[in-house]
Amino acid sequence: MPRVLIIEDDRAVREGLRLALRRQGHEVAAAATGEDGLEQLRSFRPDAVILDLMLPGMPGLEVCRRIRTHEQVPIIMATARGDDADVVVGLEAGADDYVVKPVRARVLDARVRAVLRRAGGPPVGHGAPRTEHYGDLAVDRAGLTVTHRGTPVALAPSELRLLLTLSASPGQVFSRQQLLEAVWEHSYHGDARLVDACVKRLRAKLGESSERPRYVHTVRGFGYRFGVRHETRSEVR
Amino acid sequence: MRTPRLPRALSGLRVRLVVAFALVAAVATVTTGALTFREARTGILQQSQDTVIDGFRDRVDALVPNYRFPPARSDLQSFATDVASGRRSQNWRVLAVYRDLSATSAPGDAFEELSPEMRDSVRSRRATVFQRVSRDGRSALVVGMPVTFADATATSRDASGLEVYLTVPQGEEQGYVDALVTAAQRATVPALGLAVLLALLAARQVLRPVRALRRATRDIAEGRLDTRLTVRGSDELAELSRSFNETAAALEESVAELRRMEAGARRFAADVSHELRTPLAAMSAVTDVLDEDAARLDGDTAMAVRLISEETTKLAGLVDDLMEISRFDAGAAALHLNDIDLAESVRRTLASRGWADTVETRLPEPGALRGRADPRRLDVVVANLVANAFRHGAPPVRLRLHEHERNPTDATGRQAVIEVADSGKGIPDSVLPHVFDRFYKSDTARTRSEGSGLGLAITAENVRLHGGTVRAANRPGGGAVFTVVLPLRHDDAEAEHDDAHAEHDLARKDLP
Repeated sequence: MPRVLIIEDDRAVREGLRLALRRQGHEVAAAATGEDGLEQLRSFRPDAVILDLMLPGMPGLEVCRRIRTHEQVPIIMATARGDDADVVVGLEAGADDYVVKPVRARVLDARVRAVLRRAGGPPVGHGAPRTEHYGDLAVDRAGLTVTHRGTPVALAPSELRLLLTLSASPGQVFSRQQLLEAVWEHSYHGDARLVDACVKRLRAKLGESSERPRYVHTVRGFGYRFGVRHETRSEVR
Repeated sequence: MRTPRLPRALSGLRVRLVVAFALVAAVATVTTGALTFREARTGILQQSQDTVIDGFRDRVDALVPNYRFPPARSDLQSFATDVASGRRSQNWRVLAVYRDLSATSAPGDAFEELSPEMRDSVRSRRATVFQRVSRDGRSALVVGMPVTFADATATSRDASGLEVYLTVPQGEEQGYVDALVTAAQRATVPALGLAVLLALLAARQVLRPVRALRRATRDIAEGRLDTRLTVRGSDELAELSRSFNETAAALEESVAELRRMEAGARRFAADVSHELRTPLAAMSAVTDVLDEDAARLDGDTAMAVRLISEETTKLAGLVDDLMEISRFDAGAAALHLNDIDLAESVRRTLASRGWADTVETRLPEPGALRGRADPRRLDVVVANLVANAFRHGAPPVRLRLHEHERNPTDATGRQAVIEVADSGKGIPDSVLPHVFDRFYKSDTARTRSEGSGLGLAITAENVRLHGGTVRAANRPGGGAVFTVVLPLRHDDAEAEHDDAHAEHDLARKDLP
């Protein structure tokens, strides 16, 4: 039974979500403040976190950052619609997805299950376990681990799934819409900023600059493509 | 009807000023010239006339004692010649008359200048008489004087019966006068020129503030309400500039006040929506629970529960739309452009709402119509138009997407056209101008439609955000048709993703 932690200050919303998610078959814990949420994160060990961005005391964004310093647990932000800037900042702080309040239980449940799938079993690992090498990058599709120059890279579920999807077909250009469907299981008309923010986080974790990335390349106005740019080669060019 | 007006160039202030100045200058010059001319002419003629009369009298006085009295005809003849000879250079012609006898200095001179009235005057008044006469364009001075006896003892001057007449041509004097006239005429031309020059300068002086005023007025009309004029001096134009500034300031203040009020009203709507959202969030979270359990409840309770669930969903949609409109009003709606296949986007919109089989589509081939658009907003546009067609029109609903055919010289760039047509009764003419208004209900009998009443308004805002247009019309065959025209910006200079520029070239070269 998936374990979900809800961090939401409004009692009615908190109780409503708890009730609804429990009915959808989740084991639910709820916290009214960010501090309490971080506390329960350690004791409850949730599989996913639903985080309200507007919290009294410690703001939701700060909670998100703190969770991400130690944990790669999937985080779904609950935002008020129209707080566009918050969405971007929240995604860049490490959230995997977001929902706009008011949200129906079924929609939220679908999102929770989607992030859990991302964090779970291998997306394309129906073959033998294997490790692929791209430059300094080693991707283990079966073990779902990524190492860069021998050091393990801790990737959040969306980041990992994005990297796996892109690197499955090096050189192929994926549109943002394709990635939204493949990684986030959103509709074609989902929010492309999810992709952009996730690429940004992934690049930061792989230690590459957005001006001259080595692995995840932008195809302007269209989408992204995976490929290894060797530094010696780039100097010759 | 408007009265026909002069061309602007001719009715302009500059031309009018020049004409006025020139007129004033002309009148002044001509008047001054005329007065000067009259005075000078009188002066010149008076002087020459006095000189002639004095000289004539002296001459006669000096010569008369040399002749016997009463004179014979020969005496008269020589007397006249003598008198005339004194001023031969001045072309004196002299006539001496005594009773019936007369003689002239020049033989056979008819002395036509002498009028009978003058002769009578000389004879009766016994005084020196002169007259200026003009014959054949030449003027002459005619002087007549009776010769009297000047006796030391006599107290009265008795007429001797001898009369002497003199005619002097005044060509030289006329010359002076002509020269004066010419001089006056010559002075008029430079004076006029000077007047025009001064008029132009004055016009510039006057026109500069006027032009500044015109520019400022236009600026205000274009919405730059902070436009002010610099006030220089204290003349009427400075006064005008000052009142302009005061008016502009008052206008700016009123507009600012109106905007504040409007912003306040909009903020209120946004705040209300915002506040409604938290309770709605709690309610929305449990509507699915209600829906599931409604089946197990008894009739009335089940109906009540379903009602609450349905209306909660509608309320959530309405608040959502209100928030969206508030964002457009606040200018906070952001456009996230992406290079997409428009046909694919439309297809996905229809499929995700279960319209794939109920809407007849005519779409371009995959990949044939790509352009930069915000996929989420395009989704809203198409979904709202199709929903509207089903709700207010009647099936079959047709959707057509194509690239706008236009002539190649047109600089507007490529455009995509989306047409959504239904087969209903169409839109009444009275409703047509209002279909994109917020909460406008075409059917007054129905107080609440299924939609929020904001769908088409949001559609219009989304299209506008893309720089496109949307219009509603009725098809000749019946039914309404909504037409969206979107500019197809193709991978142009703007890049909404920070890192896009630097990598673009590299990404292309890397492609296999």
